[in-house]
Amino acid sequence: MTLLTVEKLDLRFDTDEGRITAVDDVSFTLDAGEVLGLVGESGSGKSVTAKSLMQLNPSNAVYGSGSEIYLELERNVVDVLSLQSARELEIVRGGAVSMIFQEPMASFAPAITIGNQMVEQLLIHTALSKKKAADLSVEMLERVGISDAGKRFYQYAFELSGGMRQRAMIAMALSTKPKVLIADEPTTALDVTIQAQVLDLMKDLVAEFGMAILFITHDLSVIAQTADRVAVMYLGRILETGTVRQVIQTPSHPYTQGLLNSLPKLAAIDEPLTPIAGDIPSPLERPPGCVFHTRCPKAKPGVCDQSIPDLFAMGSGQAAACFALTQDWPSAN
Amino acid sequence: MIESSHISVRNLSVHFPLGRQLFGKPPVVRAVDDVSLEIPKGSFFGLVGESGSGKTTLGRAILRAAPITSGQIFYRDDEVEYDLGDIHKEQLKDYRPRAQLIFQDPYAALSPRMTVRDIIAEPLEVMGITNTREETDDRVRKIASKCRLNLEHLRRFPHAFSGGQRQRISIARALVCNPRFVVADESVAALDVSIQADILNLLESLRGELQNTFLFISHDLSVVAHICDTVAVMYLGTLVESAPTRSLFSNPGHPYTKALLSAIPSLDPDVRGKAQKLEGEIPSPVTPPSGCKFHTRCPVVQQRCRSEIPQWRELSTGHSVACHFAEP
Amino acid sequence: MDLLSRSKQKVTDQSLKEAYFTASQTQLVRARFKKNRAAMVAGWVLTLMILAGFFSEFLSPYAPTMAGRDKQYENGPPQMPKFWDENGFSLQPFIYGTKRERSIKTNFRWVITVDREDRRYVRLFVKGWKYSYIDLNWDLPGDAFDVNFKALTFSTHLFGVDKGGIHLFGTDASGKDIYSRTLRAIFTSLKCGALGVFIAFVLALIIGGISGYYGGWIDSTLQMITDAIRTVPPLPLFMALAAFLPQEWSAEAVFFVISSILGLIGWPTLARRIRTHLLSERSQEYVLAAELCGASSSHIIRRHLLPSFTSYIIVDLMITFPYMVRLETALSFIGLGLIDPVSSLGSMMQNVSKADILLNYQWYFIPVLFFIAFVLAFVFVGDGLRDAADPYTDARK
Repeated sequence: MTLLTVEKLDLRFDTDEGRITAVDDVSFTLDAGEVLGLVGESGSGKSVTAKSLMQLNPSNAVYGSGSEIYLELERNVVDVLSLQSARELEIVRGGAVSMIFQEPMASFAPAITIGNQMVEQLLIHTALSKKKAADLSVEMLERVGISDAGKRFYQYAFELSGGMRQRAMIAMALSTKPKVLIADEPTTALDVTIQAQVLDLMKDLVAEFGMAILFITHDLSVIAQTADRVAVMYLGRILETGTVRQVIQTPSHPYTQGLLNSLPKLAAIDEPLTPIAGDIPSPLERPPGCVFHTRCPKAKPGVCDQSIPDLFAMGSGQAAACFALTQDWPSAN
Repeated sequence: MIESSHISVRNLSVHFPLGRQLFGKPPVVRAVDDVSLEIPKGSFFGLVGESGSGKTTLGRAILRAAPITSGQIFYRDDEVEYDLGDIHKEQLKDYRPRAQLIFQDPYAALSPRMTVRDIIAEPLEVMGITNTREETDDRVRKIASKCRLNLEHLRRFPHAFSGGQRQRISIARALVCNPRFVVADESVAALDVSIQADILNLLESLRGELQNTFLFISHDLSVVAHICDTVAVMYLGTLVESAPTRSLFSNPGHPYTKALLSAIPSLDPDVRGKAQKLEGEIPSPVTPPSGCKFHTRCPVVQQRCRSEIPQWRELSTGHSVACHFAEP
Repeated sequence: MDLLSRSKQKVTDQSLKEAYFTASQTQLVRARFKKNRAAMVAGWVLTLMILAGFFSEFLSPYAPTMAGRDKQYENGPPQMPKFWDENGFSLQPFIYGTKRERSIKTNFRWVITVDREDRRYVRLFVKGWKYSYIDLNWDLPGDAFDVNFKALTFSTHLFGVDKGGIHLFGTDASGKDIYSRTLRAIFTSLKCGALGVFIAFVLALIIGGISGYYGGWIDSTLQMITDAIRTVPPLPLFMALAAFLPQEWSAEAVFFVISSILGLIGWPTLARRIRTHLLSERSQEYVLAAELCGASSSHIIRRHLLPSFTSYIIVDLMITFPYMVRLETALSFIGLGLIDPVSSLGSMMQNVSKADILLNYQWYFIPVLFFIAFVLAFVFVGDGLRDAADPYTDARK
């Protein structure tokens, strides 16, 4: 069952330097119980995409006219981009959609105890009594593996270590039983051993709560470990999408291939690293045509720098936006 | 000191007082605690650890940018030999061009008020290595082209460059005085994956060309595995294991190294959740655990570990470990 | 050249792009400042007001002191030059002559009537009262310190009328021209603020600089002193000072003392800002990079700290300035600073605080508008500079 539909999302920022394209024609769907990985480097627009699901982008964001985001709940369909007032937005901000951030310290108010914050959120989004909300919060803290949950309930975020904070953040995000969880680089700030713990926890929680997760990260190995499907983004566009096995084991877009080749792999220490040539262009100098053509080894002048390739279906759900995959691409040269 | 070592660290401790207290001694952070280490000449030496492991402090102590609380550090190249704990001003002046640092953050390490040419030339001018402007410009241009910087860009200011280009400027600046020993502290951690590989390759080719010794500090085991020939693993200020890369990755001796290796998420979607996971959190370096510092999280902990500090012992040639129970 | 906007559009012109890339910090700050419309407008307003203040004698037809009073036009309303009226058109702007009378009909108040038949023409570059651009006339306490030196003396004024007087903003109770006084007041407040800011700045730079660069116990001690000074409540301090200031002191002496006091109580905030900036700048990695090259303290201060500093200092001064002016105004307003015969924005605002004026002589408020414009202009320029001086506000998002 499709839970979330993003259709032709276009997002630009009005800045002093002019309009900057952050997201360009991005479409995807998210099914219940599914983990969709959104992978990209800096400037790929992955975080901006996620934030637009909750309308969290700053006020200088301009949505394109064709952009649509629908949230299909049991009773009704919510048109996310049409929500205006804070009351209406509650449904996507902590109600049916919750978010966990890279830096949990920033999302806990420094002067309010973790418990109070969790209870407050539950009071807004559910009909629970204060007592019940407190009980549920402690239960959630226990569930995410925080020892002494009863004691932690009365502590402030700064009293917890990074890993504990991230767990508390997850407990808070899940306590309202959201249908969709957005995880924006949830493990990037953590040490490897702690990251492994948190990833494990998230996997268990998906199985238990059956919610859909939009998992945003720059790290392909984290995606390999968590996601069911993957969308690879570059400069605001989705360049390739498919199941995690398809994208990681048989990548078809030159960018995905390049990304995988440039990743140091423990299993193959002696293989040389092949970086992708050149630098990521600045958002102010967005290349015309295919956004990747400036760094692409297959790029053909006159084709790739002229028109924008559509996602080309490769069968069984994999699709990539590259002219080289189409029929009329001359295979020689 | 071992003849072939470029840097010898002997029982080094670096402690920082934590704030100031009106009465009594303030608590100290034991950033580096009794570490001994040999960095062979011409090697690409990796130093791995999580946050709070003291890897950065160790690197800075070798560069005389962190205080040495106790212990010794020796530097030796073909020309000179210094005891860094007991080095006087003249010697320090001579030591600076021999040992340099490449920073992590390519934004903070470059002064926004200087052109790229001035940034790269600053070490030459400060150290008085070159005498004329022509000579300086010549050196700057040479190192810039080695670091694959566009020579026409030397007039630009850092704000014109992306992260990867800035890191190349940073590297050029560190290497312009032709240092024999270079500390690269998380030098690729802030970069995007596709750029990271480029910088790693650059470092490797520069090492091949300039024949210097690198101390590569990182939290990322897969990066270290690719670029380093010897790796040392730190945990809470102490060294837990040190070995040639291949030996360390194929046959890790210390339970912490094992856990670290298995905690790296695999790129294979079919190998999920098979890792051996560490429980608990990293303890604070202000109040480190007694005995073996890893005992609070160790999966094979014994009674002995809680009280007795494990000896540093050699399992096989070049492969040493600090664990009571490690076997070759 | 408008570097930013042009380079951010679709740039095909490589040289323009290169100009942006090779633009120094100062050039970028300037370009960014120019893009801030509010700050640019404020900048022009400020420039105009400062110029008007500097050339106040030339621009004002009458001396702003008792010497320039118009006895025949006390509490007179503003006179606007006209080009035409019911009696016809005139190429030369004119005002009307006035008569002043008091009788039983006017409740024995002086009432000014306008005679619309009596046209008085406005002339440019008229000769009038004498003024000197260099006028050192200090009546300091003690005869030995008195100075009297005049140079660059002129008597030409921008405009005047052929007979009688022209009072664009009206006159006050003693017949002083409010327009001339406003211009002088701006200059006085500028001088007072500048002197105050200068004293505060020198103290702040020394104390904040030492504190921030050396740190440790020196820092703690200096911070304690700074805090102690910050706790001194300014109002009682000024009351006490006002009681001590001898009545016979000249306006200049009072002015000097007031400015110095402004500086003496103004430095702690500035010192703290300088210290914080130094501390944060010192821990920047590029400073460590320079230290690792073996650079000396003097090299680091010269090459890294000072350049990083100047833009912040300018911004800080710009932001501090209106506070000084406001403080001077506030002091004068409560009667502790400069009082009436001296024209300062504060002393002129003090005149407004009477019900009689509110009801009958609303033109006394014109200087208040200038005061508001003056402070606002400073604040906008300061804010604009601050936004422009931070190079990575948008680049590192």
